[in-house]
Amino acid sequence: MGMEGVGARVARKEDKRFITGKGKYTDDMVVPGMKQAHFVRSPHAHAKIKSIDTSEAEKMPGVIGILNGNQLAEDAVGNIICGWMIHSKDGSPMNMGAWRPLAQDTVRYVGDAVLIVVADTKAQARDAAEAVVIDYEELPVVTSAVEALKDGAPQLHPEAKNNQIFDWEIGDSAAVDAAIASAAHVTEMKIVNNRLVPNPMEPRAALGVYDEGEDHYTLWTTSQNPHVARLVLSAFYNVAPENKLRVIAPDVGGGFGSKIYIYPEEIVCLWASKRTGVPVKWTSDRTEAFLTDAHGRDHVSTVKMAFDSENRITGFKVDTIANLGAYMSLFSSSVPTYLYATLLSGQYNIPNIHANVRTVYTNTVPVDAYRGAGRPEATYLVERTMETAARELGISPAELRRTNFVREFPHQTPVIMCYDAGNFEASLDASMEAADYAGFEARKAEAKSRGKLRGIGMSCYIEACGIAPSAAVGSLGAGVGLWESAEVRVNAVGTIEVLTGSHSHGQGHETTFAQLVAERFGVGLDTVSIVHGDTDKVQMGMGTYGSRSGAVGMSAIVKALDKVELKAKKLAAHLMEADEGDIVIENGELKVAGTDKSVPWFQMALAAYTAHNMPEGMEPGLKEGAFYDPSNFTFPAGCYICEVEVDPETGKTEIIQFVAADDFGNIINPMIVEGQVHGGVAQGIGQALLEGTHYDADTGQLLTASYMDYTMPRADDLPSFNVSHQNTPCPGNPLGIKGCGEAGAIGSPPALINAITDAIGNNDLTMPATPQRVWAALASAQ
Amino acid sequence: MYATNYHRASSVEDAVKLATANDETKYLAGGQTLLPTMKQRLAAPSDLVDLRHIASMKGISVNGGTIRIGAATPHADVANSKEVASACPGLAHLAAHIGDPHVRHMGTIGGSIANNDPAADYPAGLMALNATIVTNKRSISADDFFTGMFDTALEDGELVVAVEITAPSKCGYAKFPNPASRYAMTGVFVAKHGDGSVRVAVTGAGSDGVFRHEGMEQALASNFSAEALDSVTVDDADLMSDIHASSAYRANLVKVMARRAVAAAG
Repeated sequence: MGMEGVGARVARKEDKRFITGKGKYTDDMVVPGMKQAHFVRSPHAHAKIKSIDTSEAEKMPGVIGILNGNQLAEDAVGNIICGWMIHSKDGSPMNMGAWRPLAQDTVRYVGDAVLIVVADTKAQARDAAEAVVIDYEELPVVTSAVEALKDGAPQLHPEAKNNQIFDWEIGDSAAVDAAIASAAHVTEMKIVNNRLVPNPMEPRAALGVYDEGEDHYTLWTTSQNPHVARLVLSAFYNVAPENKLRVIAPDVGGGFGSKIYIYPEEIVCLWASKRTGVPVKWTSDRTEAFLTDAHGRDHVSTVKMAFDSENRITGFKVDTIANLGAYMSLFSSSVPTYLYATLLSGQYNIPNIHANVRTVYTNTVPVDAYRGAGRPEATYLVERTMETAARELGISPAELRRTNFVREFPHQTPVIMCYDAGNFEASLDASMEAADYAGFEARKAEAKSRGKLRGIGMSCYIEACGIAPSAAVGSLGAGVGLWESAEVRVNAVGTIEVLTGSHSHGQGHETTFAQLVAERFGVGLDTVSIVHGDTDKVQMGMGTYGSRSGAVGMSAIVKALDKVELKAKKLAAHLMEADEGDIVIENGELKVAGTDKSVPWFQMALAAYTAHNMPEGMEPGLKEGAFYDPSNFTFPAGCYICEVEVDPETGKTEIIQFVAADDFGNIINPMIVEGQVHGGVAQGIGQALLEGTHYDADTGQLLTASYMDYTMPRADDLPSFNVSHQNTPCPGNPLGIKGCGEAGAIGSPPALINAITDAIGNNDLTMPATPQRVWAALASAQ
Repeated sequence: MYATNYHRASSVEDAVKLATANDETKYLAGGQTLLPTMKQRLAAPSDLVDLRHIASMKGISVNGGTIRIGAATPHADVANSKEVASACPGLAHLAAHIGDPHVRHMGTIGGSIANNDPAADYPAGLMALNATIVTNKRSISADDFFTGMFDTALEDGELVVAVEITAPSKCGYAKFPNPASRYAMTGVFVAKHGDGSVRVAVTGAGSDGVFRHEGMEQALASNFSAEALDSVTVDDADLMSDIHASSAYRANLVKVMARRAVAAAG
C-alpha cells in the first residue's frame, strides 16, 4: 500500500468543491433561453379530474405554455414502467395499473402531477399554476396496505382487484409448517417496518433541452444512473431514440435510492422542451420532495420462528404485506421480493424458510428502494425475532446466535442466496468486546440509581450487495442486466482518465477509484481523473445503488486496468529491449526486474501515441475498456450493539453507545468506509427512533411533509460511533470487496429497538420509538 | 413568496404610521415565523415594516428589580445577558433554548409574543413571571395579553415595544422539545414571586395556547418543592393531541416538566 493506494485513508478529492460551494448540480446549470417549470399537482389523494381550465392562467405574465396529459398521450409518450416482472404464486403476472407522467383522468395520491406550467421565471410559473382551475370529483381514499386489501376498500386501479398487485411466495411452505408443528418452541411476532421519506440533501431537478437543428435532446438530471434513464426514456417513454438523447447527471447531492427512478418530472421537462421550443428547468422544493420522491419500507409482517430443544432454528415463516403506494415505481416489485425474502436466513443455518408477500396499491407516494431496499426489512424481522426468542428461551442473545451461525462456506440458504464467505462469530466477538457487553449489568445498576432504564440490544445482519449476476436477476424477472462498464484512457502525457458507468452522489468514487489506479501504476492521485455521469462520455453503465460500485464498478475498472497494464508492459519491454515477463510497474516507472533499466510511465504513454517505435502489430494509443458481470452477490455482514438509557418519566431514549463491527471484505479507503457506516447507522437510527411518516387515513394528506413534523436525525440525536472491521475477502470479485454503502442502515434498527425493549421490559414497540410510544409501552408494561 | 413592499421603520411612531397605512401590512421583526410562512405562500402581506432598526426597541436594562427588554431584542441577547442571568435565570435559560443559534440571533421577544405560537417558549415565561407587555399605546399584563392560540390582545397596528418583568425570588423553565421541530411539545415555567405567590405557566400543551395551572400554583405556594407536585392532577381534557403526543402524554409531560422546572429554580 502506498500513501495514496489501496487501503490508504486518503482525503476525498471531491470534497474541496463540495464544501466550498463549487459543486455543479443540475439546478446550477444554465443554458441560453432556459425557462422555468412548475407542476400543478393534485391536492387530493384520490379523485376524478372532471375538467381543467387553463384559460386565465395562460394569460398570466411570462407564461410560455401549460401542457397536459392528453398532449403527452398525443405524442405517444409511454406509461412509467416497473422494470422487474414478478409473478404471483398462481403463475399470473403482476397486476400493474397505468402510471401516466401527467394524470389524464384520475389522480391517486396527493402530489400526483397533472400539468406542467412553463414560464419565464419560477414565480410566474407558480402564479400561473395557482390560476389553473381543475374540477375534481373526490373519491374514497385508502392509505394503509392492510386496509386496502379488504373487501369494500377504495379501488385504485381496475387491473388490481382489491388493490393487490401480486401474491408471491418463496420457499417450502409445507416444510416450514411441519417444522413449526414439531418445534420445542415457537416465537411469534407482528412487526411493522415504518415508511420513510428519503430526504437527500439536494432535491430532484431536471433540465430538458431540445435542439431543433439537430433533432437532439439533452437532459440534465439528479440521477444515480443516467444511462438507465436514457435507456428507459428511449425504449419505453418514447421521448427520443438513444442516439438522439444525452443524459447528464452532474454532481448529485445524495440519493439513497430515491434518484434511481425516472420520475414524471424528468420525462415531462424533456418532452415539454420540444413542445414549447425552450429549454425547461424544474427544481423540486422540499415540500415536493416529501410528496413525490419515492418513499421506502412500509411493511406489515407476521413471523413464526421454530426452535428445537437445542435452541436450533428449524423453520422460519413470514407473511408480509407491502405498501407500494399509488403506482408501481421502477424497481418497486423487486424490493419486497427478491431483495427482501432472499435475506430471511440471516446469519443462520435455517433449514426451512417460507415467505409470502402481498403487494398493495394505496393512495400514497409510490414506494421503492431506499438505502438497504428490502434487506433492512428482512434483517429487522430476523434480528427482532432472534432477540425476542432469546428472551423467551431464557438464554443470552449472543448464545442463541452462536448456536445458529452459519460456519461453513459456501452456504446455500433455502431462499436462493449462496453465502460465499464470512466469519459471523468474529464480528460478534469484536462488537461484544468493544461494547464491554460483560460489564452491562453493572452499568444498568448504576443507571437505575439515577432513575434511568438501561438496555442493550444486538443485531447480527447479513445483506446482499454487488448486484448482480445479470443472468440470475434476468431469470428472476429483472428487465436489465446488472453488470458494469469501465474504460481506462491513458493520455499521451501519462495522465489517466477512468470512465465508469458507476455514478457518485456522495460515495467518493473520484477518490477511491483513483486510488485503485494509483496503486496499480504507482502514479499520483492527481494524475487520475474519474469521469462519470454523462452518456456522451461513458458509453453505457448501470449506475450506483445496492452498494454495487465497489464490487461491480471497480471490478470493471480492474479488468480494464489489466488490459492497459498488459499493453503498457509489452510496449515498455519493446522500448527497453527486454522480456515482457520481466517488466514490473513501481512508483510511476516500468522497470526491468533485477536491472537498473526503466522507462517512466509518462514516457511509455508518449511512445504509445507517437507510435514511432511500436512492437510488431501493436496499435497506437493506450485505451482499454471492459464490462464486468459479477458471478454472485456479495455478502457484507456484521454485528451491531446498541446501548440506551430511557428516561421513564418522559419515554425519551438516549443512545449511550453504538458499536458497529462489520465485514466488508477488502477495503480501498477506510475513512470513506467509516463515513458510509456513520451515515448508514445515522439513517438506521433515524428509522428506529425518529422518522415517522403519517398519512391522514381519511383524506390521504401527508401529515409529515416538512421538517416541522418529520424528524430527521441530527447530530445531537446520535452518539459517537464505535466502528471496526473484521474482514474476510470476498472470493467472488478480483478486489475481494463486498460493499459498505447500506450496511449501517440495514443492521442498526433492530439493535436499537432490541436495546429499548430490553430497557423497558416491553417487547411491543413500533418504530420509530418516539418518546410518546416508549412512554406508553412502559405504562402498559407496568 | 408573493411580491411585497419592504419598509424600514426608523422609530416606533414611524413604524405604526407605516403599518396603519394599509390593511395588509405586517410588522417584520426577526421574521422566523413570518418569512417561512410567506415563502410557502401561506401569508401574503402587501407591505412589511421592518422593526429591527428602531434603536429604542432594542436592548436590555435592569433597574432595581425591574428588567426591561426591548421588543426587537434577539433571543441570543437575552440568553447571554449577565443582568438577566442574575435577576431572572429561568428566563435566560429559556431564551438560550429557543430554536437553534440562527433562530436565536434573528428571532425577537416581541415577535415571539405577538405571534403567540402555542408551542413558543416566551409566552410561558412571561405569563409565569407576571410580565407587563408595553405597547405603543398601553401596558398589558401577560395574563391579559395572551388570549388564545396565535391570538393576543393587540389591536390592529398596535406594536409591542418592550417587556417588563419584576425579578422573581426563584424561577425555572423546563421543556420537552418536539423531536422534529424542537418547539416545546410541553414547556413549563415556574416562578416564585416576592409576595410568596407562585405562578406556573404551560406552553406547547394547551389546546388554546399558553395557560396557567392553578393546582400546581397552589401546591407550590405552600411548599415550593418538586415533591409538592406529586399530588397534583393534570387534566388532559384541554390539552392538545397530535401525531407527536397524545393529550395523556402531554398531561404527563406537564407534570414532569413542572417538577424539573421547580428543581431548576433551586
